[in-house]
Amino acid sequence: MTATQPVRGAGIEPEPAGEPLDVPPTAKARTSGGGLSLRRLPYLAVLLLASVLFLYPFLWLISASLKPRTEVFDNSLLPRVWRWANYSDVWSYAPVLQWVTNSVVVALTAAVTVTISSALVAFGFAYFRFPLRNLLFGLVLATMMLPGAATMIPVYLIWHRIGLTGTQVPLWAQNLFGSAFYIFLLRQFFLSLPREYFEAARVDGCSFFGLFWRIALPLSRPALVVVLVFEIQASWTDLLRPLIYLQDPNLFTLPRGLKAVIDTFGNGGEQHWEIIMAASLIATVPLIVLFAFAQRHIMNGIASQGRKG
Amino acid sequence: MTKTLTDKSIERAARSAAGRQPAGPRRNWREIRAAYGFLSPWIIGFVVFTTAPMLISLYLSFTDYDQINAPNYVGTQNYQQLMSDPKVALALKNTLIYAVMYVPAAMAVALGLAMVLNRVGRAAGFFRTVFYLPVMTPTVAAAALFLLLLNGQKGLINRSLMLIGVHGPNWTTDSAWIKPGLALTMLWGLGGTVVIYLAALQQVPKDLYEAAQLDGAGSFNRFRRITLPMISGALFFTMIVLTINSLQMFDQAYTMFFGGQQQSTYANDAALFYVIYLFQQAFGVLHMGYASALAWLLFGIILLITAVQVRLSKRFVYYEGDR
Repeated sequence: MTATQPVRGAGIEPEPAGEPLDVPPTAKARTSGGGLSLRRLPYLAVLLLASVLFLYPFLWLISASLKPRTEVFDNSLLPRVWRWANYSDVWSYAPVLQWVTNSVVVALTAAVTVTISSALVAFGFAYFRFPLRNLLFGLVLATMMLPGAATMIPVYLIWHRIGLTGTQVPLWAQNLFGSAFYIFLLRQFFLSLPREYFEAARVDGCSFFGLFWRIALPLSRPALVVVLVFEIQASWTDLLRPLIYLQDPNLFTLPRGLKAVIDTFGNGGEQHWEIIMAASLIATVPLIVLFAFAQRHIMNGIASQGRKG
Repeated sequence: MTKTLTDKSIERAARSAAGRQPAGPRRNWREIRAAYGFLSPWIIGFVVFTTAPMLISLYLSFTDYDQINAPNYVGTQNYQQLMSDPKVALALKNTLIYAVMYVPAAMAVALGLAMVLNRVGRAAGFFRTVFYLPVMTPTVAAAALFLLLLNGQKGLINRSLMLIGVHGPNWTTDSAWIKPGLALTMLWGLGGTVVIYLAALQQVPKDLYEAAQLDGAGSFNRFRRITLPMISGALFFTMIVLTINSLQMFDQAYTMFFGGQQQSTYANDAALFYVIYLFQQAFGVLHMGYASALAWLLFGIILLITAVQVRLSKRFVYYEGDR
């Protein structure tokens, strides 16, 4: 499923709402609460409890992946017997290493292509004035509302006609044409760059493409990282498209492979949940690592989404 | 930029700084050409992967098409069929019930967490990360994990409920509890919404609260009169996105209840979501004409619901007068 992540408007400083409330100068003094005040303790307690609820399934995933088959449903978080062999079992039951490689290749290709193409289009919208600009940009925004499921059949038929179903190409090739959400995001960023930089470069005889390549892109690294990371995540977790386009298990991406593992070893199957958990963890760890590296960018990118709906 | 400027270029830069120089028609044309050059990837993509598919889909929805034989025009038969197909009614009902269950719950829980986060100062960063980690878990992996956690007899959730004396339901087999169980699975991944709300809350000027407090407004009134209006844009935005995503529920439900050997199990009907039925019709039994009609119905429903929400937003969303 193509992620629907529409966005509207970027950071705008809020102004006081409704009836203007006058703030007496003395108001500040009353609510000064720096450091670790006692008043924060109940909030911290709530957060700690919520954190346990959010983290426990995670820890449980790790622990279940290391338990023997018979212990999987046991309540204890620590396995009585640590069965590292679950991981080597996964490799022997299914071509997991191949799936990891496929996912990495597809995700990176998808991310790089969508970043470059979206940036090109975004720069076109941000820098130039031309006829139909607003209409076209309205169309870009409108496509964000288009449910991916509504076009999945004809898009499949198009790839089928070209003869590329059964390959990984349909998983990323549409990214060559940019993606509405990223075009929007990058356009906002390009608009925030000082126009004088471009004017000066023009005066120096820089080409339009040079403006894009040598000025806009280098100055937009944070925004480009956001797009890269969002797309890697979207591609890495996508199930529907691999389900539609891939039949050969050797070409599967991780979610598609994981689904096959669940079908074989899970509900109605051989009940090897420790294998499924090990495969799930293998699919999860790379994204967590990515998150660890790009956390600040991701948070800023998401935070800017909801501003001013 | 680093080259030394010639006299002529300084003169031109000064002129353009004073106000854009009156562009001659030739230069203008070059700009327009360049602009459309930059736009060309999107324009091609829009034609090939949006406009053409929608036209093809519209055409196919009036045909009988199995991908092997040529499409056979059948008029409005597909649309008539979907009106009387009990599976369509079921899938629609399931999907709407799930959306009505999940969207408000996700918004309420995320807002609650964000408001608490907003009170703890610098510690918020750490907890925000904790809440966001499940979002980085691939949906299929999360679905597998929750199949275990939600297990009726041996699952962690019911065992924990046992500790407080509650006898938990059979989340994955009892058709009445399958949708709540799925909602729970999805709630685990609401960290993105929390981050959006927290960012919105942090933008609300503190003096508003201080002034209201001086005026004697209680905490509920401050929440209702200041917090809600000031973050209404973020609330509205997430409501639309969560609704559209809920109406397209696929990954989790399909992973947990469909495909492989589970195909024929009892639980199916309660987890038959609209996109799953569409997928089965299109790629399972190759009723591509019928599935195209289903796709158009989905499109219409999403458009309608979004339009209603946008209308409502005009009444409830407070805009800070920009644009």
